[in-house]
Amino acid sequence: MSKEKEPLFSKKNRALLTDPLDDDNPITVQVLGICSALAITVKLEPAVVMTLSVIFVMASSNVIISILRNIIPTRIRIIVQLVVVASLVALVDQFLKAYAYDVSKQLAIFIGLIITNCIVMGRLEAFALGNGVWKSFLDGVGNAAGYGWILIVVAFIRELFGSGELWGIPVIPQFVYDLGYENNGLMLLSPMALIVVGIYIWIQRYFNRKLIEKD
Amino acid sequence: MEELVNLFVKSIFIENMVFAYFLGMCSYLAVSKTVKTADGLGKAVIFVLTISVPINYLIDQYLLAPGALTWIGPQFEEVNLSFLTFIMFIAVIASMVQLVEMIVEKISPTLYGSLGIFLPLIAVNCAILGGSLFMQQKDFVNTLESAVYGFGSGVGWYLAIVAIAAIREKITYSNIPDPLKGLGITFIITGLMALGFMSFMGIKI
Repeated sequence: MSKEKEPLFSKKNRALLTDPLDDDNPITVQVLGICSALAITVKLEPAVVMTLSVIFVMASSNVIISILRNIIPTRIRIIVQLVVVASLVALVDQFLKAYAYDVSKQLAIFIGLIITNCIVMGRLEAFALGNGVWKSFLDGVGNAAGYGWILIVVAFIRELFGSGELWGIPVIPQFVYDLGYENNGLMLLSPMALIVVGIYIWIQRYFNRKLIEKD
Repeated sequence: MEELVNLFVKSIFIENMVFAYFLGMCSYLAVSKTVKTADGLGKAVIFVLTISVPINYLIDQYLLAPGALTWIGPQFEEVNLSFLTFIMFIAVIASMVQLVEMIVEKISPTLYGSLGIFLPLIAVNCAILGGSLFMQQKDFVNTLESAVYGFGSGVGWYLAIVAIAAIREKITYSNIPDPLKGLGITFIITGLMALGFMSFMGIKI
């Protein structure tokens, strides 16, 4: 019975938090949660708001499911998970509508789509159902942060080259435009999000050879 | 009639779920290794979208929208249940998927055999929930329109996944830089396909 208590931030727990940033990134390695990652990365601000919302939803839902994991009958677990996630997302949605109306207008249906964001369901299924509360919490925060990292990188590139701004503030000085530089409007269109992520994966795997897929 | 055809074409090509809104990307990437499985999943998506969008339309019209409850009595005019949208929609979709699975199993075992494993996956496919949420924004006038929209979006998704699966089957024989193999090249190809689909965007029907 007397199991030695693990320290709160043991090596294993730290790995739960940091692995998803690179080696086990939800978007580029686990291929989860792509839809929203691509659609809302035109500008930095909605990307950051989305990241925060996902961190909140994932951490809370992981904790809730982890607490309930011994009570939920396996047959109806998907529905239980969906209800928990949907209620949390409804909470975020109402909160954003109240305090950040402009951003919530930009994100539109993508806040709702956090419910079916495969990262949330995927981590609930793969982790929270079989692990303790604290670990699930770390896993939720870690994966949401890994997801947010890609979002922010892509949004940074797209906003910088697409509209010459960061967070809505122009950063490319006027004399560059005078020299004939122009913003690349293509960056603002949806296909470029896919191509930017594709190139990110290329670079990541070039430096992290163990992620390369074998045929 | 003409309007319905327009809506149908528009939802397939101009507002394509995958290429214009990136919905259902997870299963799009995961299940597109061979044309056969892509075909099965695509059909299941068409099926569920065509059924769940009109049902959610009715729920939105008669339960959730502001003032939707007036059909019970005038005292409900002020009630606005729209904060329940997500929970209602996802519950409808999850139960529809279960129901569809059971019905298909009873009526057509062959179809069940080919869709079988893919049906449960669909409850968490964002294209399905996305279809319902877009429907809510579009103010359709009747149930038929929403059904046509659901069917059209499903067909658009089907086209996209079958196309990428066919390309991926061919691409296994190409010489791609190692780090780009698999996921990376699929992303870039999808990006190029989306560029192609953007040419439909200027079309006014």
